Amino acid sequence: MKKDSNFFILVISIGLFVCVNIFLMASGKLPFSSNGFGIILGAGITLAIYSFLYKDNPAFKIAENLYVGVALGYTIIISWYNFLKPDLYDPLLVPIFSKAATVSPRYTLIIPSLLGIFMLLRFSRKLSWLSRWTFAFVVGLGAGISIPRVISAFILEQIKPSLHPVFSGGETVLSSINTLLILLGVISVLIYFIFSVEHKGAIGRFSKIGIWFLMISFGASFGYTVMGRLSLLIGRIQFLLRDWLGILQ
Amino acid sequence: MERFLRIDHRIIFAIITVAVIVSLILRFELPIPASEPVHGIYQKLESLPKGAHVMIAFDYDPSSKEELQPMAVAFLHHCFSKDLKVIGMTHYTGAPGLADQAITSVANQYQKKYGEDYAFLGYKPGAASLVINMGENLYSAFPKDFYGNETATLPVLQGVDSLRNLDFLFDLAAGTTIETWIVYGKEKYKFELGAGCTAVMGPDMYPFLQSKQLVGLLGGLKGAAEYEALVGKKANAVSGMRPQSVVHVIIILFVIFGNVVYFTTYRKKQR
Repeated sequence: MKKDSNFFILVISIGLFVCVNIFLMASGKLPFSSNGFGIILGAGITLAIYSFLYKDNPAFKIAENLYVGVALGYTIIISWYNFLKPDLYDPLLVPIFSKAATVSPRYTLIIPSLLGIFMLLRFSRKLSWLSRWTFAFVVGLGAGISIPRVISAFILEQIKPSLHPVFSGGETVLSSINTLLILLGVISVLIYFIFSVEHKGAIGRFSKIGIWFLMISFGASFGYTVMGRLSLLIGRIQFLLRDWLGILQ
Repeated sequence: MERFLRIDHRIIFAIITVAVIVSLILRFELPIPASEPVHGIYQKLESLPKGAHVMIAFDYDPSSKEELQPMAVAFLHHCFSKDLKVIGMTHYTGAPGLADQAITSVANQYQKKYGEDYAFLGYKPGAASLVINMGENLYSAFPKDFYGNETATLPVLQGVDSLRNLDFLFDLAAGTTIETWIVYGKEKYKFELGAGCTAVMGPDMYPFLQSKQLVGLLGGLKGAAEYEALVGKKANAVSGMRPQSVVHVIIILFVIFGNVVYFTTYRKKQR
């Protein structure tokens, strides 16, 4: 009985959506063109995705799977035309196999291509050991490049503002208070994360200040997250009201 | 009172949706003063001379479009109105369509020519290694642009051999690309970097402002609205601030109400 009512709600919703679109096209609010059908498709998928807020349903599942498929297809095409074709196919394979080619093949590209193919061999039981060469290359190169850069950018450069003089001249009282707050925040949070010493006495008081700093930081992050999610909803409703229904200018 | 704690969450969704729709339809003005990080980006662009090279990294995809596309459009308006040379690129496979749409639509409004006033280099994978490659030789990283033109022949790129020659780089990020640009790009190739990011990432980016690794920051739809107001091109982000403010008030009221109900029922149970 409940399944029947859910099916009924779905059919009614789809029927209503079709009727609204017929009205919009008949009244000229939506153009009878690929652009108009694109807007209808966008509106339909938006509504299908948001229908999950009521409950899970076939319309949501179709839209979800469609998104995954389209995103994958788009990724393959973009990768081919932006990367694989200009950086590998044109400079290496075309000159090798085409008699009309005017440039000589860039044979150096064979090495990274092979390393890339080796990574895919993880799926083969017999040849998966070859993927270790690629991973060794990636990890070694990555660590070598990253370690000095990350230390410089994320640690040394970040320590500088924490050690900024409170009164070096030219600062306002508020900026000096700001500097002190940063210093207090850094020290108290670091103390909170020292677990080898019991949090009692002065250490305990400092670690409690650290907890307050962490809580304020989590609160700010949560507030920003709410704002971000809401922005996505606002954007979609703007699309529905302006581009689809033509209510907003 | 206790039944309020078990309220169907769909009622809350409905209230939020109605609040967004009503506040979008009813037009009322709210002040949108620009914050210091947003001013940082604006002032940087204002300080650039005519013809300076600005690179925009469109590092987002459709899932973050609602926050970052208005930023991109407002920033492009500022660039083209100042006659700056714009170079676009992206680390995201989902971005080229959005980036191309934003650059082309704004450039057409200012009668800018592709190849002379602006160019879109398209997508390349690699993240850190791509940034390093661009830092050493831009033409080696992007031998061809998004449309298949040889980048070496594009007049807009004259004088730009690598990231070192850029006057400003603005990253619109939905992921970790701001950190990538800082660590592998800015620290070594010494270019000025600004960023726009989704609201979720906003708090994590403030330390980079404090350390001056970023000259400015646009955070979420609010940052986009502030920038739209600064450049005088009020559009989606500014109109999105009305529902944003109204719903924030509603959420605050919900939080207060939920706490009052919770503590009232908790005390009753204690008795």
